[in-house]
Amino acid sequence: MSEQAIVTDDISIVVQDQADRLFSSLITAKTLAELDHERWPAELWDPIAGAGLPLALAPEEGGGIGLSMAAAGALIALAGYHAAPVPLGETIFAQSIWARATGTLLEGSASLAPANAADCVSVEAAVDGYRLTGRIRSVPWGNQVANILLCAESVGGRWFLVLLPGFLTWSTVSANLAGEPRADIVLDGIVVPAEHVRPYSLEATSGLLPFGGLLRAFQMVGAMRRALDLSVQYAGERQQFGKPIGKFQAIQQMLADAAGQLAAAEAACARAAAEWDGADFAFFAGVAKARAGEAAGRVAEICHQAHGAIGFTQEHSLHFFTRRLWSWRDEYGNETYWQSSIGQSVCGAGDADLWPRLAPLS
Amino acid sequence: MPNFNFESPRLPAEALSEGMRARRFLETELAEQRYPAHLTSWSSFDAGFSRRAGAAGFIGMTWPKVYGGRELSGLARFAVTAEMLAAGAPTFAHWIADRQSGPQILTHGSERARREILPRICRGECYFGIGMSEPNSGSDLAAVRTKATRHADGWRINGSKIWTSNAHHAHYLIVLARTGEPGPDRHGGLTQFIADLSKPGVTVRPIYNLAGAHEFNEVFFDDFAIPDDMVVGREGSGWDMVTRELAFERSGPDRFLSDYRLLLALIDRVGAEPNAHQATEIGRLVSHLTALVTMSASVAALLDKGISPNLEAALVKDVGTNFERDVPEVVRRLVPIEPSADREDDPLGQAAAQAILHAPSFTLRGGTREILRGMIARGLGLR
Repeated sequence: MSEQAIVTDDISIVVQDQADRLFSSLITAKTLAELDHERWPAELWDPIAGAGLPLALAPEEGGGIGLSMAAAGALIALAGYHAAPVPLGETIFAQSIWARATGTLLEGSASLAPANAADCVSVEAAVDGYRLTGRIRSVPWGNQVANILLCAESVGGRWFLVLLPGFLTWSTVSANLAGEPRADIVLDGIVVPAEHVRPYSLEATSGLLPFGGLLRAFQMVGAMRRALDLSVQYAGERQQFGKPIGKFQAIQQMLADAAGQLAAAEAACARAAAEWDGADFAFFAGVAKARAGEAAGRVAEICHQAHGAIGFTQEHSLHFFTRRLWSWRDEYGNETYWQSSIGQSVCGAGDADLWPRLAPLS
Repeated sequence: MPNFNFESPRLPAEALSEGMRARRFLETELAEQRYPAHLTSWSSFDAGFSRRAGAAGFIGMTWPKVYGGRELSGLARFAVTAEMLAAGAPTFAHWIADRQSGPQILTHGSERARREILPRICRGECYFGIGMSEPNSGSDLAAVRTKATRHADGWRINGSKIWTSNAHHAHYLIVLARTGEPGPDRHGGLTQFIADLSKPGVTVRPIYNLAGAHEFNEVFFDDFAIPDDMVVGREGSGWDMVTRELAFERSGPDRFLSDYRLLLALIDRVGAEPNAHQATEIGRLVSHLTALVTMSASVAALLDKGISPNLEAALVKDVGTNFERDVPEVVRRLVPIEPSADREDDPLGQAAAQAILHAPSFTLRGGTREILRGMIARGLGLR
């Protein structure tokens, strides 16, 4: 296995092994280079969906694999390690959230919206269902997925989970820094049937951002590990002044710094996963996104520095991972968004409440 | 590149209940103002606190009952020490003995050493110092020159140790001394000894730190006699023992909670409605701290399983001590402070003074940042 997943139960080990083999065989530098954000990568998605991976987190009794959040997170990190250019993590979370709300599974791929912390959609009752108004920007794979799971607010301040059919009219499709499709979608009074709308309770003020944030955090952990793997390998091979550059203390210190960043991001993700069913999940998901996002910038910088000029070219694979890190840290709330949210929460509760919240005693 | 074994361990019931018991104990300590929490940390010496902690069963918790311990798990100890440090408790009197000297004696010491020393440590009455560093052997520990030579009735030690915290309060030092040839890897010929500081042949010279405090010392040994049953482990096994000991020394909550009380004082000063800048910076520190709590708990769980996670321990210390150094810098960016040790009316300024003056030591003690990063680089496969 090329990934870090430390998973203890047999089923998750089987899933990890299967996913690793699948990603390794399907995703090469050539496929990554060829994919275009306007084309749905069916040749990647179909075998991944066929293996059941999008149902990793959906409950077993509802037809899912029923992995723990920690194991599903390890799978998502593995996808990040391979820069899998498909909405696997988005679908894993959407399936789980929808299954929890309705007891049913979605058909096909899915995304989570809003992905931009500043966007808001309003919802109101209509004769034949619910009417939606608003604009959601940069929805991941928003032009290609079969479903978009959305969090919307009513005039009365109540929050709802809404299942939007995919393939809606989108105003623009753009590519993020990694060439992944991001669609702006305008909802100008579109009506969705009542069975596609459910009351939503989890930390409604941040909508689905905690889920999207934890998803990106796990992906970043995988991509950081790959960037660091590539750097360690390169530092061992590249010779200057008669020895591998990895023998120089300056390089060793840089890469050790990056390893510390990665370790902290991994630990923050592990903690959020452990809080999955807890009342404070949104807080810890935000912690994971803030910590991983901060680490991502630092790790990408260090890994490029270690690679020298070749890492700045398309002739080397590093950019597939660092361009994702630079995009993912800004999606579903950047560091400032989450740090501010954490800080407000911590200060609002007061100094005496901080340790009981962080201590692993609950 | 190897995997890191960081996961978020679920604490066993005994660890949860011991952690909660420690929290109640500390609430009482603070309510009765038994120590000034904003000025103290795990590296503050207070024999009275240690005796109360010992009486409450919080020292030597993992050791066998026959030696005064309670046979609890390392995770229970982790839960208790994390509570102590978060409460700013002055644990240093018993800290070294509980963290590393006691465990070394338990594993490698003679039966007499165990029976005579461990129960007193558990009662919070017996304190240790670490005799590793020397004037010419800091980061390069293998350069140790203090010499132990065999005599008819045991050993004689000659040489000196430096930066020895606690030596002026401690009852014993565990001294790393040269007993043979270093060998090609330089790791051979080192042995650890328990030095009873009440015996003749030892002199302790204070070294005042830049904060004006007497915390560490230089210790001179002049034909200092040590009986055979105060050797720790086999002759020549010192290097391996020291290396294993450092995994305990480097991964605990003492590597990121040294100035936690300053962070709390900041949150208190800022109040319930922080401005955007304050909220963001405090949120950033909390995100770092949360990761560190998990990293450290994770290493405690690995140590319980008998795994010696040297890479993970080095990562905890590197990331943790950098966090500790960050805290006072963030504080002064967010609120105007005038750090001063003697302004009784300004706890934040006092806490900041304490942290700023001690911060340089955070990334030096227990292995410098640069040495740790070298170890991490080795773990990554670069050396």
